[in-house]
Formats: sequence, C-alpha cells, structure tokens
Amino acid sequence: MTDAPAIAASLATAHESQARRVLKRFVHHHLALVGGCVVLALCLAALFAPAIAPHDPIRLDTSFRFLAPFQNPAYLLGTDELGRDTLSRLLYGGRISLTVGLVAMATTVLTGAVIGIVSGYLGGWVDTVLMRFVDTMLCFPQVFLLLVVAAFVPPTLLSISLIIGLTSWMEVARIVRSEILHLKQQDFVQAARALGAGGGRIMFRELLPNTMAPILVAATLKVAGAVLMESYISYLGYGVQPPLASWGNMLTNAQGYFDTVPWLAILPGVMITCTVMGFNFLGDGLRDALDPRLRMEG
Amino acid sequence: MTGTAVARGAITGSGEPAQAAAGEPLLRVEDLQVRFRTAAGILPAVDGVGFELRSGETLGLVGESGSGKTVTSLALLRLLESPPAEIRAGRVLLEGRDLFTLGEREMADVRGRDASMIFQEPMTSLNPVLSVGYQIAEPLVRHLGMSQAAARARTVELLEQVGIPNPARAAADYPHRLSGGMRQRVMIALAIACKPKVLVADEPTTALDVTIQAQILALLVDLQQALGMSMLLITHDLAVIAETAHRVAVMYAGRIVEIAPVEAIFGAPRHPYTKGLLRSIPRIERTRESMLPEIPGTVPSLAALPPGCAFVDRCPRALERCRTDRPELAAMGHGHRASCWNPADA
Ligand SMILES: Nc1ncnc2c1ncn2[C@@H]1O[C@H](COP(=O)(O)OP(=O)(O)OP(=O)(O)O)[C@@H](O)[C@H]1O
Ligand SMILES: [Mg+2]
Repeated sequence: MTDAPAIAASLATAHESQARRVLKRFVHHHLALVGGCVVLALCLAALFAPAIAPHDPIRLDTSFRFLAPFQNPAYLLGTDELGRDTLSRLLYGGRISLTVGLVAMATTVLTGAVIGIVSGYLGGWVDTVLMRFVDTMLCFPQVFLLLVVAAFVPPTLLSISLIIGLTSWMEVARIVRSEILHLKQQDFVQAARALGAGGGRIMFRELLPNTMAPILVAATLKVAGAVLMESYISYLGYGVQPPLASWGNMLTNAQGYFDTVPWLAILPGVMITCTVMGFNFLGDGLRDALDPRLRMEG
Repeated sequence: MTGTAVARGAITGSGEPAQAAAGEPLLRVEDLQVRFRTAAGILPAVDGVGFELRSGETLGLVGESGSGKTVTSLALLRLLESPPAEIRAGRVLLEGRDLFTLGEREMADVRGRDASMIFQEPMTSLNPVLSVGYQIAEPLVRHLGMSQAAARARTVELLEQVGIPNPARAAADYPHRLSGGMRQRVMIALAIACKPKVLVADEPTTALDVTIQAQILALLVDLQQALGMSMLLITHDLAVIAETAHRVAVMYAGRIVEIAPVEAIFGAPRHPYTKGLLRSIPRIERTRESMLPEIPGTVPSLAALPPGCAFVDRCPRALERCRTDRPELAAMGHGHRASCWNPADA
C-alpha cells in the first residue's frame, strides 16, 4: 500500500517528462518553422533586392542625411551619414551577406565532407595525418586565422567567402568522419565491394548519400556562422569594402554615430541576428527531423 | 540413427548431380591460410584449405560456427580487411588466373563480374538510401559498360527473373520497403546481374523464415542451372546441402576434414566429425548456435589448437598418434578424401 503514492508519483513524472518531451519537440518544431520562414523571406528579399529597393544603395543625397526611420516616406528606414537609403542598403547588404554565407558554407561542406570521408574510410596513416591537421587548425581561433589570411589576400567577395569556408570546415570533417567510421562497418559496404565497387565509388556513391542528414544540418548552421563571420571581419575592416554595402560594414560605418543615431547600428544588427537565428532554428529543426533515433521513436 | 534416415531420404531426392557436375575445374583453391592478428594472439582461422569447383557444380561447405567458412569465402574474393586479417599462403585460381596476384583494380573487375557473393543478412546488405533499381543497374554500367537506359531495362528483367512481383515498381523502391525474402531476391539479382561464373553464397537463407528459405534455395538452384554457374554454398543446414550440393566439404577448426560427393558424405562418411554432424541433423536445423549434442565437448580455441588433429578431444575413435601427428587429407577412393588416422569404414 505504501507503494501506491510512489508509483503514482513515478507515473506522474513519467507523464511529465513525456509531456515535456512532446512540448519540447513542439516548440522546436515551431521555432524551426519560424526559422524556415525567416530564411525564406531573407533569401527572397536578397534575390529580388533590385526590384524591391526604392533607391540605388550607393547613391548619395546629402540633402537627406541622418533621416530617422519613418520620418520621410521616400526613405522608409531613414538614411545614413551620406544620405544613402538604409532600406536599400540593407537589402543589397543582405545579398552580399547571404552570398558570402552560402559560398562559405559550400566551401566548408565540400572540404569538410571530402576530408571526413577520406579520413574515415581509408583510416590508417591517412586518417592520422588528416586528423592531426584538423586538430592543428582547431588550435587557432577562427577569427585569428581569418585576420591573418585576410591581411595578405585582397578582400573580394569570393576571397572572403573562401577564407571563411576554409577556416571552418573542421567540425564538418569530424562529424562526417565519425559517421563514416560507423557506416563502413555495415554489411552493405562489404556487399558493394563484393560486387566490384572500388574505394572512390564506395566513399562517394555509397557512403556519402548516407551522411546527407548530418551534412545538411551542419550546412544550415554553417551559413549562420559564416554570415556572422562576414559581419565580424567586415566590421574590423578586412571584409567587404565600401561603397559596397554589407551588414557588417554598415555596422562599422554606424560606429561613429552610435550615441546620436543608434538606428544606423540597430537595423543591420537586427538583420544579422534574424539571419543567424533563422538558420540556427532551421538547422536544429532539421536535426530533430532527420535524427533516425528520434524518428524511430515516432 | 534418425540422422542417417533423413540423409538417405534427402539423397534419393537429388539423384544424379554428381555426374552432371563432372566438368573441368573452374575455381581451384590451394593451401589457403588466413590468420587474424588480435589482442588475444594470432588466430589461424583458415589453415591449409584447398578444393576445386567445377563448372556448373555446387560445392557445399559445412561446419560448426567459427570453423572458418566465412573467412574462407571472403578470402577467395580478397574481401578480408587486413589488418587484422592476413593471407599467409595459398593460391586462388579462377580459370587459371591467380586472383592473389592481381592488382586492386583488376580484382575489383573480377568481383561481381566473374565471381559474385551473396551474404547472410539481406536486411543490411543493401544500401538504405539508394533505390533498388539504382543498386542493380550500377554493376551493369560499371562491369558491362551498359548505357543507363539499357541497364534500367535489364534491371527490371533481372528483378522479374528472381521472382519479384511488379518488378518495375520494385526497382523504384527503397530497400526498407521490401521484406527480408524480397531483399534477398534483390541481392541475388545483384549477384547474378553480370552472369558470373562463380557464385559464393554464405548462408543465404539463414536469416529468413523457414517457408521463404525453401523458395530462395529453389531460386538459387534454378538460376544456377539456367546460367550454368558454379556455386559455393555455405550453410549450417545439412538438409540444404543434401538437396542442392553435388559435392560437400566439411570444415573443422579452419581445415577441411572431409570432402566427397554428396552421396558419399551422407551414405558413407569417413571422418568421425562428419558422422557426428550427420547424427545431429534435426537439431542443427532448429537452433543455429547450439553445440552439437551428438559430439561431446566444444570446438577448441583457435589460439590453442593441439599439435595433432584438432578434433581429437571430442573424437570417439581417437588413437595415440592423433594427439601428436596432424592427419592430411588423404584419398579414400571415388573423389572421397578425409583427414583422419582412423577413418570409419566405408
Ligand atoms: N575480424 C576478425 N578478427 C578476429 N577474428 C576473426 C575475425 N573474423 C573471423 N574471426 C575468427 O575466425 C574464425 C572463423 O570465423 P568464420 O566467420 O569464418 O566462421 P564461420 O564458419 O563462418 O562461422 P558461422 O557459421 O558462425 O558463420 C572464428 O574463430 C572467428 O573468431
Ligand atoms: Mg559465417
């Protein structure tokens, strides 16, 4: 009889944890949905920037400097110190930032996936050498690597994207490698070999498609990271160069007027935050959706 | 003596296969030795295995769990991972070509085209994220240089040939949508896609339901006859051997202890181990991993094999010299060979 309350209590906690898990997944699911919508909106805005933007983003109009948002219907989000339209600059800046984010992500994923697969599948000394290399790269903070390279390479959109991509693939390589270590023990790899598939085919035709889920998740999160990195190095002056707008260099420009016209800093800051959070939520949601253990739990 | 009765019945079911198989040797394995380097020491998993496979013939390979059947079959196609495996000696001649001397590229060309393999676990032997059709078309394109379109058409034919209903739809399906029996049929379609001369089937039916087992086995036999393939059929199940094999090799602790035409193995086994195996037929069918109750004792550890015959501690006919001298496979007439100092009467 004394057991009854204990059982009831444990049942209650079981219920509670169940409910909490459901709630968590529900919330996650919604955040992912919100993230997806934000990402979609940002991408559309960037894609159609020339059609949407009310002004040329680099056209100066010194008669309208430092307009506050909603002060003048022609300059909906105000103007900056040179009288350039902030809304147009945000839209075009988004183009630049997202392009850098996507190209950097592609670089990261390609490099990371290839190194991870080769390392995991071949094993032995190849694995040792590659993983040492990964460890070495991870020793340095990414910003440090970025700034060192950026100091020597002239900043163009492509070079910035590649630099960001090539300094952030290590995590992807590790994820892919551990997936491959697990996958290559599976019977289907042996079966493929028994049918005459060579190493390259097994790595890239048989194993790679099996790692798509974690790669997709990592890719989404990497876009967020790359957008942030671009802002960071642009802010430090090594990134996208004026007059081209990027959210990062808009922040830099706003620096001098922060106490008088804070919206010049706040607006690009909000855009960066939205982008990073949007991609992060989307990535987390994808992880949950694609995780086979969660899926099996149904 | 129920075992012998079962065996006799089985033999009458498979009348004249031994004659049908009197072709020239297609595959010849000589003195194959495979070791594993493990933390527990060096394990001689396969120690001096040799046999011939004639064209159109089925050779059954039987033996208890751990006797080295799988290692032997993987070694034939050089599929063992080394380390830990190490092929110490031996030759594998496929139509006179020594597979052990081929380069990795040439070997990959042999696999799936000249010699194919079917594995025990149909549930995990197909790639889960590639469609069935893609997986079958792949070796056709690679080995036979077919165009994608031709390979796709051939894939549907192959699926039909292995008895898959609605083959066009199955080709577009992913493996998880198929049952175990269907997946094994797909594996068979894959293995025979390039019309190999040799098919190695490592316990192709062990993982399947009993009713499905018979169907898959019948399919294998049909295909073998239709394509004129030679088959190395590995199994625990002596009833399967009796129905399908022309000749039988019995393995124990990494060696072949007896090899003979199927009638001779079931009718007049010479090695005491073979005799014990035959007595335990009904039980073998039921529980896979069980020890053989008709043979007292257990298989000796590979790390500590006795210097003489590995079976000596379990053998009812053991002599003094069995402890010290290792018996070689010796001819006992009519293609019958056994490694025993004191073989049973014919
Ligand atoms: N990768 C490995 N590392 C170490 N030892 C191994 C390895 N693979 C096989 N062995 C050993 O080789 C011996 C033969 O194994 P094998 O798989 O060939 O047996 P089998 O006859 O196929 O058995 P079963 O009927 O259970 O399939 C076993 O003792 C096993 O422990
Ligand atoms: Mg086996």
